[in-house]
Order: sequence, then structure tokens, then C-alpha cells
Amino acid sequence: MAPVLVCERLVVEFDGFTVLDGLDFTLEAGELRFLIGPNGAGKTTLLDVIGGQTRPRAGRVLFRGQALTRRPEHAIARLGVGRKFQTPAVFPSLTVWENVAVAALGRAAGGGWRGDRALTARVARALERVGLAERSGVRAGRLAHGEKQWLEIAMVLVQDPAVVLFDEPVAGMTHEERERTGALLTALAGAHTVLVVEHDMEFVRQYARRVTVLHQGRVLCEGPLAVVQSDPRVREVYLGRDHREGD
Amino acid sequence: MEIVLLQAFNALSLSSILLLIALGLALSFGLMRVINMAHGEFMMLGAYTVYVLQPLFAPLGGPALGLYFVAALPLAFLTTALLGAGLERLVLRHLVHRPLDTLLATWGVGLVLQQAARSLFGAPNVQVTSPAWLNGGLAVLPGVLLSAKRLFILGLVLLCLGALFLYLYRTRGGRRLRAVMQDREMAACLGVPTDRVDALTFALGSGLAGVAGCALTLLGPIGPTLGTYYIVDAFLVVILGGVGQLLGTALAALTVGSLNTLFEFGSTATLGKALVFVLVIVFLQWRPAGLLAVRAR
Amino acid sequence: MRADRWTALAPTLLVSAGLLLLGALAPLGLSDFRLSLLAKFLTWAIVALSLDLLWGYAGLLSLGHGVFFGLGAYAMAMYLKLEAAGSDLPDFMAWSGLRALPWWWEPFRQPWVALPAAVLLPMGLAGLLGYLAFRSRVREVYFALITQALALIATILLVGQQPYTGGTNGITNFRTVLGLPLAAPSVRLGLYALTLLALVGCYLFCRALTGSRLGWLLVALRDNEGRLRCLGYDVVWLKTLVFALSAGMAGLAGALFVLHVGIISPALVGVVPSLEMVIWVAVGGRGTLSGPIVGAVLVNAAKSGLSESFPEIWQFFLGALFVGCVLLFPEGLAGALRRVAARGWARAPVPRLPRAQRPAREALPSLEGEA
Repeated sequence: MAPVLVCERLVVEFDGFTVLDGLDFTLEAGELRFLIGPNGAGKTTLLDVIGGQTRPRAGRVLFRGQALTRRPEHAIARLGVGRKFQTPAVFPSLTVWENVAVAALGRAAGGGWRGDRALTARVARALERVGLAERSGVRAGRLAHGEKQWLEIAMVLVQDPAVVLFDEPVAGMTHEERERTGALLTALAGAHTVLVVEHDMEFVRQYARRVTVLHQGRVLCEGPLAVVQSDPRVREVYLGRDHREGD
Repeated sequence: MEIVLLQAFNALSLSSILLLIALGLALSFGLMRVINMAHGEFMMLGAYTVYVLQPLFAPLGGPALGLYFVAALPLAFLTTALLGAGLERLVLRHLVHRPLDTLLATWGVGLVLQQAARSLFGAPNVQVTSPAWLNGGLAVLPGVLLSAKRLFILGLVLLCLGALFLYLYRTRGGRRLRAVMQDREMAACLGVPTDRVDALTFALGSGLAGVAGCALTLLGPIGPTLGTYYIVDAFLVVILGGVGQLLGTALAALTVGSLNTLFEFGSTATLGKALVFVLVIVFLQWRPAGLLAVRAR
Repeated sequence: MRADRWTALAPTLLVSAGLLLLGALAPLGLSDFRLSLLAKFLTWAIVALSLDLLWGYAGLLSLGHGVFFGLGAYAMAMYLKLEAAGSDLPDFMAWSGLRALPWWWEPFRQPWVALPAAVLLPMGLAGLLGYLAFRSRVREVYFALITQALALIATILLVGQQPYTGGTNGITNFRTVLGLPLAAPSVRLGLYALTLLALVGCYLFCRALTGSRLGWLLVALRDNEGRLRCLGYDVVWLKTLVFALSAGMAGLAGALFVLHVGIISPALVGVVPSLEMVIWVAVGGRGTLSGPIVGAVLVNAAKSGLSESFPEIWQFFLGALFVGCVLLFPEGLAGALRRVAARGWARAPVPRLPRAQRPAREALPSLEGEA
């Protein structure tokens, strides 16, 4: 499988504090990869660099061979990188339907003029997929937290990005919502490449195949979950957080 | 040669005044994201404090007359500081995290203050007689006379800057201020009384405006619209200096002051102001967060 | 679906009809003086509309809209002045010692240059300034301050370059427009009708814009600009477009203003008038389009009334209005009306989430994965 995303020697500093310290990271096409690590390890920052929200001081990001690093966010989105943020980033004043419509009309989703019928079809499909079809007339600001997460996922889906970055997708979700999200992520992989940052270890255990552990701005360990879990360095870094399942 | 020196001194003088005005603004903006459009009016009130105080010292006569200015400084500071605290408690407290709204609300307050001054003191400008010991100047070179008044203002600004620095970096109150500026929620969790810090900081900033107003009485007549002339420049300084950066604000004041002086000397004053504005815009293209701004998460 | 469309269109049609009706009746009941006062208010209502588009919908507060209004007004004034002067030099230029007409005044002799210029010049300035400001990602507060600085600079330039701009006195003493005498009652009535139509036209234009997909984008821009960027939108162009459109409308209003009032001066286009324009929108109700129209007329009517009788009180009143609008009734008149009406209808009230409803800070990470 060809690598679809390559990060080379990324360095990001904030006010003297080094968040990413020469990070190297590769994603294969069609993968479902989980990114874990303690707080401050640099997981969200890595997503920020890939998505264009943050410029690295050094290093580069290659997406299908093209450099992403100097490009503005909207250009990166147009190239095929979708991002779901940690705090649901939706448009609270617009209705659910309008939120997804705005996403569907964006250049990241292919752009250009879309007739009403084609637009309606796309939006309806996305809403069906995340189960928000019957809430389409509700203002997004009124949705419950889990529903907002789903709305944002719908907006990302309608873009049909080649690489999707999920930042803590199941935070604040009920058990049932978590299962649906997990199923969605698994279904997405293959046709899309999915990178998920998560803290919820139960969720990671259930759905992860390959896991990358970040620590202090570098990759500590990478591989199938079982391998990573039993790695002594990982245990040490989590300082006994896994001690219940560690053997 | 003499002209260059004189112009350089003028630039320094103007910059120091701008800095004094901008410091108060920078404090309130850096800490509370409050845009205080009434800042100019606080300055104006500080100036009027001197004007009001002057006749009160008249019966003393002679050299003691000059003392009124020294008395006016802390009085102006206190008056405007109290006013600022009042404004913060009554109005701004309700507008946290709404900088555009604070802009509008404080503009309204400014209008009220301006009209109040107009009703109390009359619309025309009034002249304040500077103390006799500030007349004349320092002859550095033949042909280069540095006005004593401007030197005094320079000294005053340095004093304020030094005092502010000491307060911010050497006292507990200053530490708390910096903590709230950096992370309000965290500071609150650690027991810092953020609303008291807010009120105190705003009072401090307003007090500095009052002192600036006092300084301005030395340079010419004052009137109800005194604030409006300097306020936009002061804001440009704050924008250029970056948020919460004391050093940045100082550098920005130096830049804007120098540019203003340079252009006033070179071309007509009006074109000069326009040029400064254009330059600031161009500069912001390159460094949108200001001169020395720091990247934060 | 059709019923939906009608309920959606109904308020727009009602407002337009109402404006036209009231506007048509006004000449019957008002004296000439008051009618031209109303016409003046109507041009300001157009400015309020333009500002609402920019601020109420796209969320960009401009404190310098007086400049765009002024550009349009000065463009029209230049044309009118040249028409009045004929082959002579305009009076203020002669007083200031100019010998010949400056080259850049000459094109304004032609109405087909001056009239479009009244709209295009402000658009151009807004486009340029907006592009530069938005490209460098200045925050909304800084943008507001920059526009205010623009207003100040404009005033300084206008006052300072007296030979070319008429200085503090501005440009006045017009006689005809397109050959028609400005003093004739029939012409004044015609201009009034033109202004009314322009207002309704602008209102309908803004309604169409905000009801379209572009309208969604504007609201989305105001809600969460970062999200919009991640969806592939080049936000800079969007903002620049709205800014330019808004400026063009303000310029149109300025041009109409001069026709009614017969003078333009720096005092009408600087920092203070620009802030008053913001207050009209705030009083009327941000993001409602119809509100700012009412706000502009009401506040200016109050100003006329109060200034005549108690000039001092007006400043206090205005100041209090600013504070009150922000603290006590941020949604304005139309916003409050809508909120009351919405209890009966299924339509969502005007956007602007109260603080309690703003998105929560990042959700606490799940406790299962940590100690």
C-alpha cells in the first residue's frame, strides 16, 4: 500500500515550548490509524499541522506526493483533507440541513454550482448516514453535544475527503453513539484513509488496528494494538494508567 | 544636524506621550479584551483636573503656585482611576469576551463624558498655565534647545513605565494580573479574584490616561475633544504592539511617534497621517499579530 | 413546499409594501422641509442596510462606513459642482488659489462617469482595504479599529486638501442635476421617489442575497470562520465581496444624500457619523434588514427633534443609547419583535446565541483511558 500521507521531521514550537520535536509519521492509503498518547504529547498539534491550522517551524507534510506545509487551510481542504475538530465545529445559527449544505457546496466537496435537487440528494444522504435526517430543520445550536458531533461528521463526510482527521470523535457520546461512530470509522477506512486521535481506551481497544503512540512530540511506538499495549515504554509513559489491564 | 537632533527629540517626545496613552489601553485590552473608547475622555478629564486645581492654588502665590501641577498628577490619577473602576464595575463587567460591544458601550460613555465636560467647562479650549519651573529648556547644542516641558514629560513617562514594570513583575498584585492575562480560567481556579483584578487593572489603565492628560496640559490648550485627537493613534500603537506585550507597545509607540514626526516634517501633516495608517496596514500584512507577538495555542 | 416559501417571503413583501405605501403617503402629509428631511433619513436608511449586511450577517463591524458614504457623496458633489460652475472654475477652488481644474476632477463632469463612480469608488476602496486586512487575518476587533482609523484619515485628508475638496466647508452651491433644477419642487419630489425606490430596491437585493446560499455562507462566516475554511472556502474573498457590496450601497446612499441635502462636508463622513451609523443598526436590530431601516429613521428623527430644542441632551441621549443598546437590548427593536413573534411561529429567532448557549469548552476526555 502506498503511503498517502508522509510527515517528515516536523517541528512546532509555541512560545519556547516544543510541541512537535522532529516528528516522522506515515499513513498508508485506506488505513484506519489511531493516534494516542498522554496530554501534551502533540496529537492535536499534529492534526493541526496536517490540516493547515498551524505552520511548522521545520519539516514538511506530503499528501500524495504534494507538499501541504505552506498552503492555506482552504487549499489543503480542497486537496482532500477533512478535519473533525475536538470541540464540535458547526454553525450554530444555521439549521442542520443548512450546515451540511454549506459543506456540500464547498470547494472541498468538489465545488462548483450544484442544482437544488443534486444538493438535496447529497445532503439527505449524509444526514441519513449519521442519523440526523429527522432533525434537519433544527438549528444546530440547539442540538445535544453528541448530535453536534454527528453533524460535524456529516459535514466532513459530504466532502468525501481522501484523508479524514478525527479529533476525539466520541467525546461526550453515549454508549450506543460510540458504537455507531466506531462502525462508521471502520466503514470509512478502505475507500478513505482515517486518522483518529482518541483518549477513550475502551474505544481504541474495540476499533483500532494500528496504533501510533505519541510522547513529547515524537513517535514513541507504532504497530498493532496488542504490540503497543505490551510495550514497556508505553506502559511507563502512561504511568500505570493501563495498570488495570497490564500484565 | 541641529534639525535632525531636534526632530529626533520631537519624535521621542511624541512617542513617549503616545506610549503613556497606549499603556492604559494595552493593559485593559490585553487583560480583558476591552476596547476602551472612552480612554481619550479619561485623558481629557485628567487634563481638566489640572485646570480645576490651578485656581485653587492661586492664593498661595509665588513659587508655591507651581506646586499645583505636582499635586494635580496624583489627583488626576486617582480621579480617573476611580472613574475607570466605576465604568468597569457598572458596564464592562457584563461584557466579558465581547470586545466589539465594549467598543460601542465605551464610545457611548465617552460621548457622555465629552458632553459633560462641554456643559461644565464650556466648549472652547482653555489654557492651563504651566508651572514656572518648566519654562525654558536644556541647551544641548547651540541651536538645539530641548524644551523642559517635553523633558519633564519624558521623565514622567519613564517613571510610569518603571512603576508599571515594578508592579507587574515585582508585586503579588502584578503577578496575579499577569496570571489572569495569560489564562483567566486557570487563575480563577487557583483562587485569584479575577473580577477584582479586572477592576484594579482597568482603574490602573484609566489612571495612566489621567496622568497623560496632565502631561498634555503642558503642551497646549485643552478642550472637551482632546481625547479624540490622540485616541486613534493610541489604538494603532496597541494594534501594532501586539496584545499584552509591554515591550511591543513601547516599540510601537516609538515607531508611530517617529513616523508621525518624520512625515509631519517632510510633507504636509495630513498626508503624513494617512501615510502612517497605510504603513501600519502594510506592516500588518506581514506580521498580523503585531511587532513582537508571541504564538500561543 | 410552496406554503413554506410564502411564509418565508411574507415578511419581505410586507415590509416592502409598507415602505412603499408609507413613502407614497408621506408627500401628502409632510411639508416640503420635512419631506426633504425624510428623504435624507431614507438615504441613511440605505447606509444602515448596507452596514447590517456587513455586520448583522457577516459579522464584520465597520466603524468607517462614513467613508464609503462620503466617497459616493463627494463623487456626486463633484459632478453637481462642475455642472453648476459650467466653464468656470468651481468657487472654492478659485478662493483657494487654484488656476485650473485638477485633472482628476475633469472626468466627473460627465454624469455617466460620476454616477457609477459613486458606487464603484467605494467598492474599489473597500475591496482593496478589505483584501489586505482580511488576508492578514486581522481579528474582528482590529478590523473595526482599522476602519475607524480610515474614517479619521479620510477626514484629515478632506480637511487638509482644501483646494481640491473644499476643506471643512465641503462642496455646496449646486444648481442642477442632469439639467434639471434642484430647487424645483417637482424635481425634489422626483428625487424623493427615486430615493424611496432605491431603498426598497436595496432592501430586496439584500433579502435576496441573505436568503440565498450566499446568505448561508455569511452566517456560517459569522458563526465559525475556521470551519468554513476547512470546508474549502476561501474566506478572504467572501469577506472582501461582502465588504465591497456593502461599501457600494453606502456610496449609492451618499450620492442620493447630496442630491437632497445640497452639501457634503467632512463632518458628515468622519468618525462620529460612522459610529452613529452603527447605532442605527443596533437600535433597529442587527441581522434583520428591516430593523436598521426603522432604526435609521427613528434615531435621526429623534436627533432632529432633540437637537432643535435641546442640543446638549442629544449627546447624552446618544451616549446612553450606545450603552443601552449593548447592555440592555442587544437584539434591537426588530430583534425583540421577532423573538415575540417566533413564539407563535416555527421560525427560529434572530441568530445571536446568549452566552449560556455558546459551545461548551472541549469535552472532558473519557475517564476510562486515564488514571
